[in-house]
Amino acid sequence: MTSPSQAAADAGDLTLEPEGEPGTPGNKGTPELAGRTPRQLAWLRFKRDRVGVICAFVVGFFILVAAAAPLIVKLYGKNAYDLYGQDDGLLNSSGIPIKPNGGISSDHWFGVEPALGRDVLALLVYGIRTSLLIALAVTVISVATGVLFGLTQGYLSGKTDYFMGRLSDFMLAFPQQLFFIAFSPVAISLLVNPGEQESWWVRPFVLISVQFILGWMSIGRLVRAQVLSLREREFVEAARISGASSWRIISKELLPNLWSTILVQATLLLPVFVTAEAGLSFLGVGILDPTPDWGLMFQTGANNYQSDITFMFFPGIAMVIFVVAFNLLGDSVRDALDPKTLR
Amino acid sequence: MLRFLTRRVLGAIVILLAITAVTYFLFFVLPSDPARLACGKNCSNPDVVKAIHHRMGLDLPVYQQYWDYIRGIFVGRHMPDGQNCPAPCFGFSFVNDQPIWPTLTDRYPTTLSLAVGGSAAFLVIGVGLGMLSAWQQGKTFDRVASSISLVGNSVQIYFIGPLAIALFADNLGWLDHGHDPTWGSDPTGSFSGLVLPCLVMSVIFWSNYSRQTRSLMVEQLAEDHIRTARAKGMSSRYVFFRYALRGAAASIITIFGIDLGSVFGGAIITEATFGLHGLGTLAVNAVLGLDLPMEMAVMIFSASAIVIFNILVDTAYAIIDPRIRLS
Repeated sequence: MTSPSQAAADAGDLTLEPEGEPGTPGNKGTPELAGRTPRQLAWLRFKRDRVGVICAFVVGFFILVAAAAPLIVKLYGKNAYDLYGQDDGLLNSSGIPIKPNGGISSDHWFGVEPALGRDVLALLVYGIRTSLLIALAVTVISVATGVLFGLTQGYLSGKTDYFMGRLSDFMLAFPQQLFFIAFSPVAISLLVNPGEQESWWVRPFVLISVQFILGWMSIGRLVRAQVLSLREREFVEAARISGASSWRIISKELLPNLWSTILVQATLLLPVFVTAEAGLSFLGVGILDPTPDWGLMFQTGANNYQSDITFMFFPGIAMVIFVVAFNLLGDSVRDALDPKTLR
Repeated sequence: MLRFLTRRVLGAIVILLAITAVTYFLFFVLPSDPARLACGKNCSNPDVVKAIHHRMGLDLPVYQQYWDYIRGIFVGRHMPDGQNCPAPCFGFSFVNDQPIWPTLTDRYPTTLSLAVGGSAAFLVIGVGLGMLSAWQQGKTFDRVASSISLVGNSVQIYFIGPLAIALFADNLGWLDHGHDPTWGSDPTGSFSGLVLPCLVMSVIFWSNYSRQTRSLMVEQLAEDHIRTARAKGMSSRYVFFRYALRGAAASIITIFGIDLGSVFGGAIITEATFGLHGLGTLAVNAVLGLDLPMEMAVMIFSASAIVIFNILVDTAYAIIDPRIRLS
C-alpha cells in the first residue's frame, strides 16, 4: 500500500493510513523534508509519549528480571526452594515469621514465606518467570491463531466466514473460567499415566493449552472486521487485478495493515493471561508447589493474611505494577501506531 | 418482539446443546478411560474399573450415553446400576455417591447472589463514576477518577480480598466477613455477609465501566442532537441524563452482556477468596477430587445460567435502543 506522500516508504513495511502530514512535527528547524517510513513516524510518536516510555522501561525491567532470575538470586545468595524459615528458626510454631513485617531482615529483604519459610524475594523473582513465560506462550499462540483465523474468515467471506464465525461464537459462549478449571485435570490425565509422577512440563503445557483454546477468538474477530473493510479498498483491488495470488494479497497487502492491531492486542492480552494464570494457580488447579509462581504466593498469602499480611503485598503490588505498565504501554503503542483513534 | 425472543431462545438451545455435547465428550470420551479418573490415581484393581464402567454406562455406545444424560436432565432416569435418579438428573457424585442436583440447588444461591450483587455494585459505581467524569470532563475529578480506574483495572480479587477483610472487617469492624447467604431464614444477615464480597468483586469490573461510560458520554455529548437540545434552551442536566445517558446506555448494556461470563468467573475467585460455598468452589473441589459428574453438572448449569442471562440482557438492550432490529 503506497500513497503519494509515502512513495518512498518501504511498501512491505509497517504501513499506516496515509496521513497527509509530510515530514515530522517537532522538526521545525530542519529545512529539508526528510522522508520517513510509517514505522519511523510511529517510533517518533512513541518516543514523545512520556508515560509510554516509562511503562516500556517498567515492562522491560520485569522481562529482564524474569530472564536474569538465576543470576539475581545467585547475587542475592538465596534460592527459591530452600526452606530458610524452618531451617534457620525464623518461623514460630504456627509457621508465621517471628520478626515483624513478614520477617523482613538484612538476610531476607522481602521477608520469609509463612508456613514453608522460603525467601520471598527469590520466590517473587522466579515467580515472574513462570507467570510471564506461560502468559507469553499463550499470547503468541492465541494471537497467531486469531490472526490466521480472522484473515481466512475475512478474506474468503461468504459461507466460510459464516461457519467460522459461528465456531468462534460458540467458543465465546463457553464459561471461560470454569472451562479452565474443569479441563485442566482432563488434559493432565491425558498426558500423565495414573500412578506416574507428572513431569515438570505437564502443568505449564496444560495451562497454556486450555487458555489458548478459549483465548484466540477476540483477536480473530477484530482481525476479521479489519480485513472485511480492507478487502474492499482500492489497493487490494489493484493487486487482485494485476494478478496477485491470494497469498500475496494476504501477506503483502492485508497483513502489513494489521500489524498495529496485532501489536496492540498482544500487549493488552498478555496481562490478561498473566492474571488468569495466577487466578488458576490461586484456586489450586494451576501450577503446584514447589514451583515458584505468583498465583501460589497469593494462595499462601490468602491463607495467612490474618497473621502475616505483609507477605501479600509483594506479589500483589508487583502484579499491579506489571498490569498497569502493560495496559498503559498498550495504550501508548496504539496511540503511536494509529494516532487517529481517540481513547 | 415475540419473534426476536423465539429466535434468541432457539439459538440459546442450540448453543447449550453444543456446549453439553462438547463437555460430555471431552469429559467422558477424551481421556482414554474415565473410570481411571473416577477411581483416583492409584486405581489398579480391574474389578473396580469394570464396576465403574458399568455404573457409568460406559459399555453403551457414546451417543446413547449422551442421549441418556440429556434425557435424564429433563425426565429423570434409572442409572445403569439400578439407582433411581429423579427429574433434573445429573447423575451421582463419584466422591460421595450423592445425587448431584440437590448439591447444585444448595450451592447456586451464593453464586447467584454474588453475581447479581457484584454486578449491581459495579454498574452503579462504574457508570456513576463514568458519568461524573464526563460531567467534570478535564477537571481534577476526572483525572483522579481515571487514575483510580486504571489501578482498579489492574488489581486482583485474590489480592484486595484479604486486604479488605483485614481492614474493613477485622480492624475497623465496619463490614461483616463474607458468609454464605440464607435468604429464606436470615435476609438481613445474608445481605450484610455479601456486602464485602460484592464490593471487592466489583472493583475489578467497575474501572472498565467508568472508563467506557466516560468515553461514551463524551462522545454522545459531542453529537449534533445534543447541541440542538442545548440550543433550544433545555437544561444541561436534562440533556445529560435524558439524551446523552440514553444514547450511552445501549453500549453499556452490550458491554455488560459480553462481561456476563467474566462476572461468573469473578464470582468463582471471590468465593475462593472469601471461603464461600458456591458453584465456583464446588467446581474447584470437584476438579481436585476428580468428580467428573459434578464438574459436568456445574459446567452445564452455569453455562445455562449465562445463556439465560444473556437473553435477558439482549431483551433489555432491545427495549432501551429502538434502533435495534428485532428480527
